[in-house]
Amino acid sequence: MSLPRVAIVDDHHLFRAGVRSELDGLVDIVGDAAGVADAAELIASTRPEVVLLDVHMPDGGGVEVIRRTAQAHPDVRFLALSVSDAAEDVIAVIRAGARGYVTKTISGADLADAVERIREGDAVFSPRLAGFVLDAFAGTPAPTRDPAAPSDLDQLTPREREVLQHIARGYMYKEIALRLEISAKTVEAHVTSVLRKLQLSSRHELSAWAVERRLLEP
Amino acid sequence: MTNAAIPRDPASPPVLCREGSRRWLAGVCAGIGVRYGIDLLLVRIAFVLATLAGGLGAAVYALLWLVLPAGPSAAVGDSRAVRRPRTGPASVKVALGVGLLLLSVLLTSRELGLWFSDALVWPLVLVATGGALIWRQSLGAPSGPPATPSPAPDAVPTRPGAREPRAAPAIESARRRLSAVSRTSLGVVLVVGAGLAFLQSLGALSLARDVVLAALVVAAVLAVILAPWIIRLARSLSTERAERIRSEERAEMAAHVHDSVLQTLALMQKRADEPREVASLARRQERELRSWLSRQTATPGSERLLQAALRDAAEEVESEHGVTVEVVAVGDAELEPRTEALVAAAREAIVNAAKFGGGSAVDVYVEASGGRVHAFVRDRGPGFDPAAVPADRRGVRESIVGRMERQGGRARISSSAGTGTEVELLLEPSAR
Repeated sequence: MSLPRVAIVDDHHLFRAGVRSELDGLVDIVGDAAGVADAAELIASTRPEVVLLDVHMPDGGGVEVIRRTAQAHPDVRFLALSVSDAAEDVIAVIRAGARGYVTKTISGADLADAVERIREGDAVFSPRLAGFVLDAFAGTPAPTRDPAAPSDLDQLTPREREVLQHIARGYMYKEIALRLEISAKTVEAHVTSVLRKLQLSSRHELSAWAVERRLLEP
Repeated sequence: MTNAAIPRDPASPPVLCREGSRRWLAGVCAGIGVRYGIDLLLVRIAFVLATLAGGLGAAVYALLWLVLPAGPSAAVGDSRAVRRPRTGPASVKVALGVGLLLLSVLLTSRELGLWFSDALVWPLVLVATGGALIWRQSLGAPSGPPATPSPAPDAVPTRPGAREPRAAPAIESARRRLSAVSRTSLGVVLVVGAGLAFLQSLGALSLARDVVLAALVVAAVLAVILAPWIIRLARSLSTERAERIRSEERAEMAAHVHDSVLQTLALMQKRADEPREVASLARRQERELRSWLSRQTATPGSERLLQAALRDAAEEVESEHGVTVEVVAVGDAELEPRTEALVAAAREAIVNAAKFGGGSAVDVYVEASGGRVHAFVRDRGPGFDPAAVPADRRGVRESIVGRMERQGGRARISSSAGTGTEVELLLEPSAR
């Protein structure tokens, strides 16, 4: 399998250089951009498979990059990379369309692994993101355990909750599969389903976070 | 408010107020004398004459007594005068009182056959009432609401949780301002109404109507011409205010960065040859900066919560052992003996993970809702066989398992070679 083609978008020069050297040989870096406008151009011209996207940038940040490019390039996938601890930042970029969120302290190998999974269409949840999601969906137990019932976008199923709790506890997907006695693919499916709910749910907590974020955006 | 208040700044012109130091009755005459530089005796004679010639002097004296604020010196002998003029709802009562007092004086003098006509009496009463209302309002206002002094905006600390307490005084003061405005406008309406009634009775109003019409037209024209300027002025004032707030925030930010981040960076440069030390310095600074940015630091003296306590514990272990500890928390709980025990047990588990986890990062996850607290501490170290731990190793048995069981909770340690160790702590809602 060929290496994933990756673009790096971050307004911090040192950080771009650091990610480049860490991912050297693990992915194929097609270019980097330091701002929203540059990023849109870069994505349009190089068509990367995965964009590593900084959440905080001038002129609207990662959310704005996704807004400008997702329509024209639906095959480009975004992985948010941030130092931010604030739930509203992270949730906003996920709701804009990013398929995952990892913190900038992630190791090069783990980041390459996350990029690979994003390329394959999976979702990548860091323990912290899992915590945010559990927080946002707290307080409403899923009414039914019947898997055939249409899932409510505003609630997590007990199984999804369980998977997220394991992610928050620091388990890898493979380990979660082992512990819950399900296949790794099923774990992936649960996480992807949670991502979908995160993006589409109209839960008050999620919209409040997103709104707050947009108001804060200059 | 004792002697310190007496020597006033001699440069500031004396304001009209009741003068307590040379008063006979309430210090009204003395106040007038001081303010306008008239001999006190002359003022008093004038009042006495006015009183004898129809009672007007007494009425005016009473009015001034009520309306004039007590001067600084009045505070010494007159304990009543320590209070500032009442501006609250009481001022309505005062105004009504003034009106009724004047009415009674005027009616009395009419009974005695003095020269007041109805056309004069009622407008005068109305003017006195409205005037008292306005005067009280505007004389009292600059010194601020006397009852509950609301904190100055700058004094409101930018602390977590400061949002709610800040809202309350703001609403309170807004409401007070609103009612003050409505009282003032009531006064204005009374005075203007009195003037109109007086003019009506004299028949001068028909003439005035043309004048009023002309004035209204002029005012409308002026409003159309001046509106853009006024709007722009208001807007520039508000942007100026926003700018000031922003620059204050920037200054605070700069001060903080200087105190913490720059110091740490300097320290890191000095220790550049000790990577472990540098990493832990960087990590500590990162945490500190984060908590400052999100204002999560518990303020001293305020109630602490489970999340904050656990984060503090994790941070301590992190800086002591130089191992990264990631805390993910969902929900929060009060700190009481049971949850405190859980935090202590979790801390012990984090210490163990840091010591024996082979330097791997430690993941801490805590979920609290409805009195139930569930915590996990996990490392990716070599692991061990919990059954093989000698009985004299008190660490795990006492500090973690025993501690939880004494609180009616439960601790479970799962570990196996290769997958690391996980300590699970659980507190069920207490069955009370």
